[in-house]
Amino acid sequence: MLQKKECVAMLLAGGQGSRLYNLTEKNAKPAVPFGGKYRIIDFTLSNCVNSGIDTVGVLTQYQPYVLNEYIGSGQPWDLDKTYGGVKILPPYQRANGAYWYKGTANAIYQNMGFIDRYDPDYVLILSGDHIYKMNYNNMLKFHKANNADCTIAVIDVPLSEASRFGIMNTNGDGSIYEFEEKPAKPKSTKASMGIYIFNAGILRKYLEEDDNDPSSSNDFGKNVIPKMLADGAKMYAYQFTGYWKDVGTVKSLWEANMDLTSDDPALDLRTPEMRILSRNSTRPPHFTGENAKIVNSLVTEGCEVYGTVINSVLFGGVKVAAGATVKDSVVFEETEIGEGSTVEYSILDCRIKTGKNCKIGEPKEADKGIALLGADMVIPDGTVIEGGVMTSKFEKEDK
Amino acid sequence: MSVTGIIFSNIHDNNLPELTRMRTMASVPFGCRYRFIDFTLSNMVNSGVTSIGIITQTNYQSLADHIGTGKDWDLASRAGGIKLISPNITAFAQDSRIMNVTTRLESLKSATVYISRRTEDLVVLSDCDVICNVDFSDMIDFYEKTNSDITLAVKRMKLTADLAEKNVIIKSDEDGRVRDLLVYPRDVIGEHDISLNIMVMKREKLLDLIADASAHGYTSFNTDVLLKNINSYKITSYSYEGYFACVSSLSEYFTCSMELLDPAVRRALLDVKDRPIYTKVRNSPPTRYTEGSYVKNSLLADGCVIRGTVENSIIFRGVTVDKGAVIKNSIVMQDGYISKNCALNCAILDKNAVLKEGRVLSGHPTIPFYVPKNSII
Repeated sequence: MLQKKECVAMLLAGGQGSRLYNLTEKNAKPAVPFGGKYRIIDFTLSNCVNSGIDTVGVLTQYQPYVLNEYIGSGQPWDLDKTYGGVKILPPYQRANGAYWYKGTANAIYQNMGFIDRYDPDYVLILSGDHIYKMNYNNMLKFHKANNADCTIAVIDVPLSEASRFGIMNTNGDGSIYEFEEKPAKPKSTKASMGIYIFNAGILRKYLEEDDNDPSSSNDFGKNVIPKMLADGAKMYAYQFTGYWKDVGTVKSLWEANMDLTSDDPALDLRTPEMRILSRNSTRPPHFTGENAKIVNSLVTEGCEVYGTVINSVLFGGVKVAAGATVKDSVVFEETEIGEGSTVEYSILDCRIKTGKNCKIGEPKEADKGIALLGADMVIPDGTVIEGGVMTSKFEKEDK
Repeated sequence: MSVTGIIFSNIHDNNLPELTRMRTMASVPFGCRYRFIDFTLSNMVNSGVTSIGIITQTNYQSLADHIGTGKDWDLASRAGGIKLISPNITAFAQDSRIMNVTTRLESLKSATVYISRRTEDLVVLSDCDVICNVDFSDMIDFYEKTNSDITLAVKRMKLTADLAEKNVIIKSDEDGRVRDLLVYPRDVIGEHDISLNIMVMKREKLLDLIADASAHGYTSFNTDVLLKNINSYKITSYSYEGYFACVSSLSEYFTCSMELLDPAVRRALLDVKDRPIYTKVRNSPPTRYTEGSYVKNSLLADGCVIRGTVENSIIFRGVTVDKGAVIKNSIVMQDGYISKNCALNCAILDKNAVLKEGRVLSGHPTIPFYVPKNSII
């Protein structure tokens, strides 16, 4: 006997994330490490759990191994449920053929069968590449109070940046009368956060229509939402106030990490409310050596710091040798910075071994951009890597 | 051969009266993020022992809270997993002597039902406060190879008279056969093998021993069972060579905690390849260091905010050290709050302690200044 679920969440995690370059070479964007001990998807998964949503489908397509392994049974998020919980949904073969997910709307459409198993009244559509804490239940209450067909979460962005987003133009009561994708002259500053709540029946109707339209690119933002507006569906914008960051680019990923290092961070991970859950390592506590200096930085389990760390985020098991300096940088798990080496304005992927006296990246002020180093590289002593360089060459270590 | 584990959670509570007032010895916090029992539990799990009974007696709320379902040790399992064996007191028991189970043997008597229902061939028994990283499967190999009835784990240590009085000294001959036990001896110093209070034997054997001890009214496992049978049973000693912290007083708790600042000790205890130490997951964010923080030669857990100075100290999860505060040679447990301009030296702050602005506490390694749980100073 299956129980009904009021709301099922569908988390779009299949994008390639090509603007993160070598960070997503072998890893789906939602599984990219973030904030010292998290992965990007932890934020949306934790938000679901903290909002009382215990059924989450994660739609994957691109490089899924790391993500699959990370999510596992869903135990770290209490999503290992007898009924419901977190389920990985890759594209699959049907009697009439096999198709990749063609777009966000098509990915959901192909999994209507999954949604039907829980007979939900509402479907929450999420994307796995944003950093924020949000109680979706409040949004659902708003959706129900308005008796809406679809509710879209929006956040105020500076007018100067509004033309980079999908902008919702709304009436006084929050109802949406117009949607403009990346408008040259934005009329409002309400940017879509890519979070939608649909009535399940309405969603099915529009996804079926979308699937039957050969000219559609099967995308929520480009096709489904404009079509619903054109049909006069009841659509509302749910105003979110709080920290929200799209981490789809190297720059924004870097910025979001840096935001956490402030003494009064806009996104406080330390408060017990809406705690962000993650798969924890079994590393020992971190150690700071005799001559260590750590300022405005995050350091976590397994790190050993003998050098200087300024305005940086160190992930689990990172070693900073004596005389080494890490500044304005993000260093992923198990990467080692050798004696006398300097890392500035860089993102270093996992398990890189940096030799002695290397110079990686250039000061932020030099304005050459962020240096981005791919995983598992062994960087010989004395290597110089200029600012803004993105590389995964050098000899890879035998695994 | 299949192996089940038994852990004694309240043994030696009176060695650390300060820290065990509100908790079992098993749940005494240690090493920034662990509890004593994490070491034994992890050793068992890492050696493939996945059905474990923990015998409890008193004060075990904190232990039950720490263990939860056992999922943090991968012990939330249908086939075995972790079981808290609470004291077996019937509704008719008005006699305080029954309720006052004090020794290893008496606790085992109350666990006979659990032990007899297990199906494993062997049982490994361990105290909760054995802080070491030992491979039980190696010990079990030794037990089988030597055809022993009982194998005891021992560690060669330099003993002071104080330390000897709280330990059992094992005397074995060259091939490892145990010939004598000195139980809590007085006036013994020098290098000796002490018992780590880890034993391996057949499960059936253990049940026979308990039944026999029960029939004879025995109370002590060491003197009544082991010593009396030292010639009739083949009792052998397995020598453990790795790091072992013998915490039998508050000052030793302090000393052993500080030993973790030595990288070699950490590597031998916390960072052994394929033998990690598991603990309860708390989902703390990384520790944040702000402008003006100064931290050297210290071990810190996650979830802290460090605005002040920390030197030669052990800082647990969720601790806040405010600007101008100076912590030296101290241990600050979970969620401690050290306000501005406080100064600590050789202090142990139990969980949730709050020091208001400008407080100055100083102890000495031999008598550390102990601040009880939830204190506000």
